[in-house]
Amino acid sequence: MESLKITHSMKAILQLKEVSVSYTPGKNAVHKVTTDIYPNTITAIMGPSGCGKSTLLRAINRMHDLYANVRTTGEIILKGRNVLEMDPMEVRRMAGMVFQQPNPFPTMSIYDNVLAGYTLNGIRLGKKEKEEIVEQSLQSVALWDEVKDVMTKRGSFLSGGQQQRLCIARTLALKPEVLLMDEPTSALDPISTNKIEELLLQLKQQFTIIIVTHNMSQAARISDNSMFMYLGELVEHGNTTQMFTKPRNKRTEEYLTGVFG
Amino acid sequence: MNHSSSIVQRKRKDKTIRHLVGFFSLLAMIPLFFILWDVISKGYKNFNLRLFTEVTPSSMDALLAISNGDPIPGGILNGITGTILIVGLAILFSVPLGLFIGIYLADNQGKRFAGLVSYLTDLLQGMPSIVIGIIAYAWVVKPLGSYSALAGSVALTIMMLPMIVRSTEETLKMLPLSYKEAGLALGSSYTNVVFRILIPSGFGGIFTGILLAISRVMGETAPLMLTALGASVVHWKMTEPASAIPLLIWDFYNDPNLVDLIWSSSLLLLIVIFLLNWIAKIVARKWKV
Repeated sequence: MESLKITHSMKAILQLKEVSVSYTPGKNAVHKVTTDIYPNTITAIMGPSGCGKSTLLRAINRMHDLYANVRTTGEIILKGRNVLEMDPMEVRRMAGMVFQQPNPFPTMSIYDNVLAGYTLNGIRLGKKEKEEIVEQSLQSVALWDEVKDVMTKRGSFLSGGQQQRLCIARTLALKPEVLLMDEPTSALDPISTNKIEELLLQLKQQFTIIIVTHNMSQAARISDNSMFMYLGELVEHGNTTQMFTKPRNKRTEEYLTGVFG
Repeated sequence: MNHSSSIVQRKRKDKTIRHLVGFFSLLAMIPLFFILWDVISKGYKNFNLRLFTEVTPSSMDALLAISNGDPIPGGILNGITGTILIVGLAILFSVPLGLFIGIYLADNQGKRFAGLVSYLTDLLQGMPSIVIGIIAYAWVVKPLGSYSALAGSVALTIMMLPMIVRSTEETLKMLPLSYKEAGLALGSSYTNVVFRILIPSGFGGIFTGILLAISRVMGETAPLMLTALGASVVHWKMTEPASAIPLLIWDFYNDPNLVDLIWSSSLLLLIVIFLLNWIAKIVARKWKV
């Protein structure tokens, strides 16, 4: 991997060491990725379709455990502990995930959706605590004012962009260390996308965000650091401005300038 | 052939086929209409409060009443309570079992054992009900040494299982994978994802399947003959023989003095089944996710 200066202030919160993921034995979809992610930054993972971006992201919160044939090797150190040796349920509470399609739970109200992480984990909360968490989480995704009077309505009552913000609130309610986002705006219109981008810039003050995106200008707008992946390998990882202006690697440059995609 | 004439020909052919399709659907409706007409017109005379509050009269009493020109002195309360008991027990057994198998199949697509279970479920669905009755006889009646409501409910459980399994499986398969992933990504256990997200989300489809299974076995007669046998009294003991509405209809058929009760009993059975199907439709529509 070419090395660019990575924007950071302190110790890495997440370290990937030779992380490989394979769907079929002997064929790595992600190949020996090594890098550090720093707290309170937004890292964008870019690359053409099928390059392993989402696969790498989903390795971090052990989503690959759901499928029998997927194998993850290497080390993923989150706050000093190897994720691959932890209980997946614990990992997933530390690394929240937001998906491409907004997916509020359809039978739950907006209120219950925000608290879903607690109910699903069997954590009992008092009424006051619940209300605090709901308000705080919805405030942090700038949804509170829009939904405070329709709390008992189903999540699906909201617009796509609102639903996605509700899903972010649901994830934030559990106060994760890292927020993993898998193309969170690709199913949304430009206005909703813009809102979520603004939101992420606010949220990075409290959280560390890793976002997979197809949209290069999005990466340029919001991320501090960028990772460029190609054919399962991490080609380049560095400060976003530098990567967009002076990429070290020829492939990165070609991708960014639209030679391939 | 000239181009425009071929279009005319094609249009004519289309029209004929369209009419034929409509005609045959109408034709198929005719027997259905006559069944309803027959059951209603012959059944309404004895469709009274007595049908629900009194047990089946003896053949002698019925004969006396008929010769005096009175209505038949009795109802089918023993059949109604028997059906409630037997079907109720069958629901109790088949719903949890069917749900679990359905969840398993939806979650393990492509696995060998799941394939086998799926195949056996299909096989069970096609099993003649009399064979299921014989099996329940061998499993329950023989070891317990007596015909019983329990044995009847075991037979009906076996009949309901494949329907509940399939509807659960199909409903869960239709839910977006991302519900499950989102639940697990919040750190939830598999159990909580299944019972707090997937089953509630698929409730409409699963519940509809259960209702249709109930309405299907409600009219079953053959398996009950070999298991529940029948009873002329009202009771709620599952270890004793019990009657059921379809069993009574069979009894009435064999007794010339009670033959009039066939129609009112059939009418009741039809009404209940119609209601169940109607509720199933409403539930399926209302709970669409």
